[in-house]
Amino acid sequence: MLSTFFAVLRRDLLLAWRGRADVMVTLAFFVIVVCLFPFGVGAEPNLLRAIAPGVLWVAALLACLLSLHRLFAQDYADGTLEQLLLSSEPAVLWVLAKILAFWLTTGLPVVVVAPGLGLLLDLEQGALPVLVLSLALGTPILALLGAVGAALTLGVRGGGMLLALLILPLFVPVLIFGAGAVEAEASGTGALAHLLLLGGGLAGALALAPIACAASLRISTE
Amino acid sequence: MLEADNLACLKGDRLLFRGLALRLAAGELLRIAGPNGVGKTSLLRLVSGLALAEAGEVRWKGTAIGRDREAFHRDLLYVGHAPALNDMLTPLENLQFTIAAAGDEADAESCMQALVRIGLANQLDLPARVLSQGQRRRVGLARLFLSARRPLWVLDEPFTALDVGAVEDLAGTLSDHCTAGGMVMLTTHQDAPFAMPPKVLDVGAFAC
Amino acid sequence: MASGSIDQDNRMNPSPRGPSVLRFAAPQNFYPLAGRLAPWFAVTAAVLTLIGLWLAFFVAPVDATQGNVYRVIFIHVPAAWMSMFIYLVMAFWSAVGLVMNTRLSFVMSQALAPTGAMFCFVALWTGALWGRPTWGAYWVWDARLTSQLLLLFLYFGFIALTRAIEDPRRGDRAGAIIALVGAVNVPVIYFSVKWWNTLHQGASVSLTKAPSMASTMLMGMLVLAFASWAYTLAVTLWRVRPMILERERHTEWVGAVLDREGGRK
Repeated sequence: MLSTFFAVLRRDLLLAWRGRADVMVTLAFFVIVVCLFPFGVGAEPNLLRAIAPGVLWVAALLACLLSLHRLFAQDYADGTLEQLLLSSEPAVLWVLAKILAFWLTTGLPVVVVAPGLGLLLDLEQGALPVLVLSLALGTPILALLGAVGAALTLGVRGGGMLLALLILPLFVPVLIFGAGAVEAEASGTGALAHLLLLGGGLAGALALAPIACAASLRISTE
Repeated sequence: MLEADNLACLKGDRLLFRGLALRLAAGELLRIAGPNGVGKTSLLRLVSGLALAEAGEVRWKGTAIGRDREAFHRDLLYVGHAPALNDMLTPLENLQFTIAAAGDEADAESCMQALVRIGLANQLDLPARVLSQGQRRRVGLARLFLSARRPLWVLDEPFTALDVGAVEDLAGTLSDHCTAGGMVMLTTHQDAPFAMPPKVLDVGAFAC
Repeated sequence: MASGSIDQDNRMNPSPRGPSVLRFAAPQNFYPLAGRLAPWFAVTAAVLTLIGLWLAFFVAPVDATQGNVYRVIFIHVPAAWMSMFIYLVMAFWSAVGLVMNTRLSFVMSQALAPTGAMFCFVALWTGALWGRPTWGAYWVWDARLTSQLLLLFLYFGFIALTRAIEDPRRGDRAGAIIALVGAVNVPVIYFSVKWWNTLHQGASVSLTKAPSMASTMLMGMLVLAFASWAYTLAVTLWRVRPMILERERHTEWVGAVLDREGGRK
């Protein structure tokens, strides 16, 4: 039953490994965007500390957005997507595998380096675990929602900008609760409610996004 | 048995054909003919369930293919224009993935044999991007040797970019599949040495 | 047998047999119906707008605290209502289209989108104008205004996607998916923005709870809301007609319509 799931997961991870330069580019983008802020707003520690959660989250969101077009583009161009759509196993499964592989190669690295960048911005050390946790819960939601947009904009002219326009408004709740969690922890009010809401959002996205994504892929390859 | 009634196909805002009916029973080989742009590939995509018909329906074993998609796709092998090859993977990895993605079991040994049989013995470990057009085509077609269990084969221009020997071998494989009770539906621009003359469906007759 | 027979009477859009109301779901029946109804809705919209504006500017009393500025509410609130409601209607038509595979539903949702975006923009604009004297700034990140702004982006996304895809059928269905995804997210967005707002902003002046809502005020607002309704229907029906013709241009009835209308000119 899960043979397609694991086949897709293994292949996408293998491809990411062979093309690891791409993964590094995403990560470098994330780091550079965060490092730009002190130049823009000044290196005043109090100010940086105040904006750190938002900056880290917005940078993570943009890094995810910029790599999203890669999710299906290659498979669409070489015909693999057609073959996957003709699989005798439900499309939701392999769509989920692709999204998981995507998150493991773009979301997870961001989650891993985020605490270091938090220190650069003078984020309170007590808030770092919450930062990691909120990103670990939130970036999969970004990947799931983004996959729907990526599927809809396949092969459309101006697809990249269109994808951003479609998806960024949907990312707002994730940004609010993600950055809110870090901020709440740093200010001492506790991040539990934010994290629970993120977890709920993740559950909802996991249930619905793969279905929408599979339907979108069928529409886009038709 | 594959049946279609009253099929109409819309591409962009142009109606390609309408009123097309076809029937394909076990052991039959059907060649889709017609001039370029008449909708041969579109017809194959309709039949395989990749595209939606503007009117009419396609039935497999009496049920509309959209009704039980997974069951139909379990019986279907579709090889389209695009070879479904990732440039960063070797032919062997590509073939194994394609088979597993379709939902079949694929061990490396039988995949290797299929690739050797189709004449890619020396390219097994090369990344697909260094292969020639004909060789890429063959990787996609190697699936045929491993898909005898799937009765319905739908092939879009399988002979393109193949040399004479490969064409002969492929035609033999298709004939064998039909003899064993399978069904083949294909488009081609060249004559191939089939064991028996294929039935022909001219899409041009239904063009709008 | 591999030979096909051409069905001589292969009509592309057979009228659904069934209750007579369903007859209008067929494009060739809806096209003339839309043309007949649109002027009536347009007239209704014009009349109601005049009545509503008269109520708003001459009958409704001056507000004790805000003076005459509050009168922008008569445009702002109906526009905000409409912008949200139209998105829901779009999502509804999209769902119908995806489930029943009726092309007219997609056309409806696409014809509604520009009007929804327009109302959304009007609500934002009047909100900003109202905000200047009441809050002292054109824009504060009030929960309602912010959600409205995000809704405008959702409209833009829908319109941009359906326009960018050249194949109309793919565009229809892709747009329907994004409309549904958006509709599922609208409550989430609204809730999250409200949560964020209470954390950052504290209580702000609520736009719809104008103090001491007099019944004439409510009346004016309702009349203008109905006027917006009639306007939306009229504009949508007008917009639907050429879209139907474009999509159905390969059918015989469109050929007949074009011949007739071309001959008249």
